Amino acid sequence: MKPPVFDYRAPVSVEETQQALAEYQADGKLLAGGQSLVPMLNMRLARPAVLIDINRVTELAFVRADDGGLTIGALTRQQALLEHPTVQERWPLLAEATRHIGHRTIRNRGTVGGSLAHADPAAELPAVMLALDAVVTVSSTRGERQIPARDFVVDYLTTALEPTELLRSVWVPALPPRTGWAFQEVSRRHGDFALVAVAALVTLDAAGVCTDARLVLTGVGPTPVPVDLRQTLIGAAPSPAAVAAAAEAAQAAVDPPSDVHAPAEYRRHLARVLARRALTTAIERAGGTE
Amino acid sequence: MVEKRPVTVTVNGQVRQAEVEPRRTLADFLREDLNLPGTHLGCEHGVCGNCTVLLDGQSVRACLMFAVQADGHEILTVEGLVAPNGDLHPLQEAFWEHHALQCGFCTPAMLLTAYEYLQQHPVPGSDEEIREAIGGVLCRCTGYQNIVTAIRAAATKLTAAGPAPASRSVAD
Ligand SMILES: Cc1cc2nc3c(=O)[nH]c(=O)nc-3n(C[C@H](O)[C@H](O)[C@H](O)COP(=O)(O)OP(=O)(O)OC[C@H]3O[C@@H](n4cnc5c(N)ncnc54)[C@H](O)[C@@H]3O)c2cc1C
Ligand code: FES
Ligand code: FES
Repeated sequence: MKPPVFDYRAPVSVEETQQALAEYQADGKLLAGGQSLVPMLNMRLARPAVLIDINRVTELAFVRADDGGLTIGALTRQQALLEHPTVQERWPLLAEATRHIGHRTIRNRGTVGGSLAHADPAAELPAVMLALDAVVTVSSTRGERQIPARDFVVDYLTTALEPTELLRSVWVPALPPRTGWAFQEVSRRHGDFALVAVAALVTLDAAGVCTDARLVLTGVGPTPVPVDLRQTLIGAAPSPAAVAAAAEAAQAAVDPPSDVHAPAEYRRHLARVLARRALTTAIERAGGTE
Repeated sequence: MVEKRPVTVTVNGQVRQAEVEPRRTLADFLREDLNLPGTHLGCEHGVCGNCTVLLDGQSVRACLMFAVQADGHEILTVEGLVAPNGDLHPLQEAFWEHHALQCGFCTPAMLLTAYEYLQQHPVPGSDEEIREAIGGVLCRCTGYQNIVTAIRAAATKLTAAGPAPASRSVAD
């Protein structure tokens, strides 16, 4: 399977990239790591007239942390993100989730921006960015705008990005003290897309009361699914009964598809079991005993 | 008709130049234009890993890259593992000695994936970790057991031989 004919541009700056996007409009398509787009070209699921390759736009490849948070340039390779010492230390949820993306060879090329822009319904990063309350920065020749992660993925393989917009970076806020995390995934084989994956964050106060808890599932529908934990976990010291109730809420929140990989019923079961495991671990890591 | 682009790539230590259409994949470029058929093509959509080569020392799927994107970069293919005098690389020897191949179709990709892994982990971790490292390459014959054994054996040979695998450059 060979890709269809396309014309090729390789801008070296954000400025040039934005101009190329404005010039070609819907005929142009950005090429980042190519780990999703090139298979789609080869299978003729996408036929852009022009590929705008951003691999030489080195200003988009960076990871920067300060007291307020972490900024990740769109062209940061997934493998570079998960190996970044500051990410491993301060945002272990992000590092752990990224480790579940395909195989090393995929992550050597695949980018953070590409994963978010592609928005595969079983992808790890869009779900984790939602759990982390991240904010995406996008820009075009008309200017720049910020999109909260919760508004970024709008439907199956569809984001809030306009065809002429470039995803520049994603910002992840620093986590409050006494915040525990967990990432749980079940896939058919290591490196396969998730059947279901769950990201959890739990924050406790000094007395052990849960002040914030976030749970996001992926692989269970067209977009990542956040679960509202205000009725179950938030506001009290976590108990096994509260965790079980939160896991039930997770199962109730999803309406997963049946496909060749797994029936809906099994995915619903996984949603509950993985939510329970993830919340239990996150509570432990936050310093609570559950 | 889309105009061809000049590309200059260092492949197995040699500078190679050609004119290619943008749609030419790196895999086809290596196989057809540079006459290096050691890079195998299975699925041509990123799933089987058999087209794995090293780009600036990092494994990549050559069916998911275009030759134009490799312009200015360094590529190592399986042909580049053999020493100029024809001696097999210790990994190749270990694959041979430990029966780590049957039909051999996945072998170039396995060798290069293992090469990258041993660069980063001269002393390999558990069998589980080695399996994770090679998990991106599908083998339809061996059941992987002997591949894991061979990688471990090659690591022992390479570390005993003095210079760590990292010192073996693309060109040697
Ligand atoms: C065998 C295999 C297994 C995989 N397993 C997983 C997995 O388990 N989990 C997972 O999440 N993913 C998986 N992937 C996909 C992988 O993570 C891709 O890297 C990712 O989905 C897309 O990132 P990319 O940089 O490769 O983008 P590309 O493929 O280059 O682009 C994807 C889309 O995003 C757009 N785009 C890219 N960058 C930008 C930008 N900066 N601004 C605006 N639009 C942009 C492109 O135009 C295109 O539409 C797998 C891929 C393969 C081949
Ligand atoms: S041929 Fe490239 S991954 Fe299968
Ligand atoms: S030896 Fe035949 S595919 Fe691996």
